[in-house]
Amino acid sequence: MKKYFTYLAITAFVFTSCDPEFNDSVEDGDLYSTGEADFTNFVSVGNSLTAGFADNALYIEGQENSFPNIMAKQFELLGGGDFVQPLMNDNLGGLLLGGNQIMDTRLVLGVDEEGNPGPRNISGTPTTEVTNSVYGGQMNNFGVPGAKSFHLVAPGYGNVAGVQAGAANPYFVRFASSNETTVLGDAMEQNPSFFSLWIGNNDILGYATAGGAGVNQQGNLDPTTYGGNDITDINVFGSVYSDLTETLASSTSGGVVFNIPDVTTIPFFTTVPHNPVPLSEDLAVILNANFQGYNEQILPGLVQQGVISEEEMALRQISFSAGQGNAVTMIDEDLTDLTQILQGPPFNLDPQTAALLGQLRQANETDLVVLPAASFIGSPVPGGGSTAVNGVSVPLADQWVLTASEQAEVEQARVAYNSIIQSLANEYDLAFVDVAMLLQEVEEGLPTDSGVLTSEFAAGGAFSLDGVHLTPRGYAVVANRAIDAINEKYNSSVPRVNPGDFRTIQPSNN
Amino acid sequence: MKKLLLSLGLLLSFYSVYAGGYRVATQGQRALAMGHSGVAVVNSAETAFFNPAGLILLENKLNVSAGVTGVFNSTSWQNSSTGQFSSTERNVSTPFYFYASYKVNEWLAAGLSVFTPYGSRVEWETDWPGSHLVNEIELAAIFVQPLISLKVNDYLSVGGGPIFVTGSVDFNRNLTRSLVDEQGNRANVGISDSGITNWGWGASVMFTPTEELKVGFNYRSEIMMDAEGGEATFSNLPNSPLVPSENGVVPFNASLPLPAEWSLGISYEFSEKFMATVQVDRTLWEVYESLDISFPETGIPDAINPRNYQNSTVYRVGAQYKASEQWTIRAGYYFDESPVQSGFFAPETPRNDGQGFTGGFSFEVNDNFAIDASFLYLRFSEIDESYDFYTEDGVQVPFEGTFKSNAFLPGIGITYKL
Repeated sequence: MKKYFTYLAITAFVFTSCDPEFNDSVEDGDLYSTGEADFTNFVSVGNSLTAGFADNALYIEGQENSFPNIMAKQFELLGGGDFVQPLMNDNLGGLLLGGNQIMDTRLVLGVDEEGNPGPRNISGTPTTEVTNSVYGGQMNNFGVPGAKSFHLVAPGYGNVAGVQAGAANPYFVRFASSNETTVLGDAMEQNPSFFSLWIGNNDILGYATAGGAGVNQQGNLDPTTYGGNDITDINVFGSVYSDLTETLASSTSGGVVFNIPDVTTIPFFTTVPHNPVPLSEDLAVILNANFQGYNEQILPGLVQQGVISEEEMALRQISFSAGQGNAVTMIDEDLTDLTQILQGPPFNLDPQTAALLGQLRQANETDLVVLPAASFIGSPVPGGGSTAVNGVSVPLADQWVLTASEQAEVEQARVAYNSIIQSLANEYDLAFVDVAMLLQEVEEGLPTDSGVLTSEFAAGGAFSLDGVHLTPRGYAVVANRAIDAINEKYNSSVPRVNPGDFRTIQPSNN
Repeated sequence: MKKLLLSLGLLLSFYSVYAGGYRVATQGQRALAMGHSGVAVVNSAETAFFNPAGLILLENKLNVSAGVTGVFNSTSWQNSSTGQFSSTERNVSTPFYFYASYKVNEWLAAGLSVFTPYGSRVEWETDWPGSHLVNEIELAAIFVQPLISLKVNDYLSVGGGPIFVTGSVDFNRNLTRSLVDEQGNRANVGISDSGITNWGWGASVMFTPTEELKVGFNYRSEIMMDAEGGEATFSNLPNSPLVPSENGVVPFNASLPLPAEWSLGISYEFSEKFMATVQVDRTLWEVYESLDISFPETGIPDAINPRNYQNSTVYRVGAQYKASEQWTIRAGYYFDESPVQSGFFAPETPRNDGQGFTGGFSFEVNDNFAIDASFLYLRFSEIDESYDFYTEDGVQVPFEGTFKSNAFLPGIGITYKL
């Protein structure tokens, strides 16, 4: 009996080593070619989109589904090494600085008591402490959430002392090699053999998501004087981007760069319509009566005086109707400020009413209302009585609406950035991903192995619950585009992934 | 002897895998060494399985055969367009058999068979790319069959008996390709049931027109294994009313057929020393249309998994040569047609047509006792296949790739006669 089992153990050993072998084995790398690229040490540089940021937070599972990590797993079939990321401490997201919470947890799709689904922060306290550095040896993902182009070359961006003042970035503090280092410097320390660079989104996005409540810094060449919601000067962007590509391309076998998508293809700006307000007949009558004098006497009077044009008068007409589809009221800083004039004769309005009407208009189709306004519009004004409703009797402030002229500023910068990106990609012979075009395709509906991916908020599958960043499936689509671009540029044959193997949004009532 | 058999029985806690569908053809080392051909062969108590009509033709009064086979099978999968690959764990499983017959008088023999003709154990790497179809499956069924064998005249005998089956099933898969809980763990369902029992029957005839020639036919009925009220365990679902189930245990119902099978064969003794046999087996797999799992009174939608198996045939040929008083050597070959149709290639039974190469020997220790050994190498060619009937959000999502399997089955047994 004993002998029998010895025999069995020996045969077991022999047979377990005889796995069926394919004629051309994926695992052994028989099927793929690296072409002119060298994927052994892939390093990615960028912002939140490179980090795997999603649902308004950075968390482990999101990082594991970052587009460079998805690419790196494919590169493993072609000699690629481990891809080390500065992983967070948990799947909650959010940050602590010195024990105090400075960033919220991730958004999940909850369902309220009435059965309505909506995004909410997952409950729990973040456990990722900014001052607990994860720096140490190998690092491959230098995606820093919130980074603008010039931040990548800014010394001190990883110095914890600068976090409160906004001069440093808590995410970079976690894995910066020193207080003085730069993101680019640390990336180059890793001796990359291949790189990705996707930067510039925040150079316009801060301004756009703040509804244009920032400064367009065109002509200001000193980025240290910029605020967080400002648009970066085109020349500053160009000079930084040139440095980045030159440095990264200098010692690598190649790389892939990405351009900046149009804000009108992002659900953050396309989900809330300009006219989402339902009104009862009674309330509509009251509101119209309130604005009758303003519409029919004050505004024509101002035109007569030459204070405003006919065109502006038309823009400033306020009217409501019973039912759905009433446009929100808003403050538009591009309108003539009437606050002082309205307090004088012949109008003689009280200062409060004059201030309300000073730069007031109703939103129209050219305005983009930002996603966070969804919960603000229609909510009651504290202590305001039954007719006081945010977005109607209290207009939306500048930060809630990106107006047509603000969009034009954003678009002007974006087009300039993109032409810089493309020309530098050509100059250094890099693979180029047209993300702007990709997100346009997603907006129209992009067929994948698991149905059509769209940019519809929450349901479309491509965008996470913050309306700006992608879902893992969205990042997988980006990774596939990057792989296509790399294969074309370097004559390699890196296989693509199935986007359907990656999740979309996360439902949870936690 | 008794002790040995008992310890074998206790040690063999599972038994399983390979060959068309989940049929495991390892029901006798002597027959297995000849390409698992035994329907027209009378040389030991193994005939209790292959053709119980032959039991009355055995020379001795008491005959016992018992044995066990180690099944080492493995399947590899890869998808060259995505670079994904995986392979199954090479678990050893151990189907076994025990046969005994007793000749009551010249025309009547009684017998007992215990055997494990169906089973499957396939364990892919957890969360592998096909984990929405199967992570792991283990089927086991023990057949117990009391037998009688009757000699009708010098040329014809008949045999058969009722079959009692007791079986168990464990099956685990991920719910979808991408649903995860708040920690990123893949949502999963496992079903488990044991002590599933049912009855069937088997009957056979053996025709012996001359001393040298035998013709045999054997039939075993279909047996439906109905798992009712087993345990389905849902895990790693997010806490949300937007997903189809909560975490926890609910009852499930499912049915798995153990299909009917018939065999027809002839053998011829060319000399005292040399015998050859050919055999055809037909398994009536078409009864396996779909693996449907329902979760009664839970509101969880039924899981419908089309299988669409087709009846399949195995062609067997084998021979034995008595080299000396003590040594008999055997060899054989068979071609095993898969019941799995193109487009229905589910990775829980990843089987295409296979070829079995067999060999073995018997060593007679003394007049009563012999040791039987066999070896089977089962070869499958590389095949590009898919399972096309998985749907997600109303979209059909084929699971595609290249599969390659092989199996090594060394077996050992004993024959005792008195």
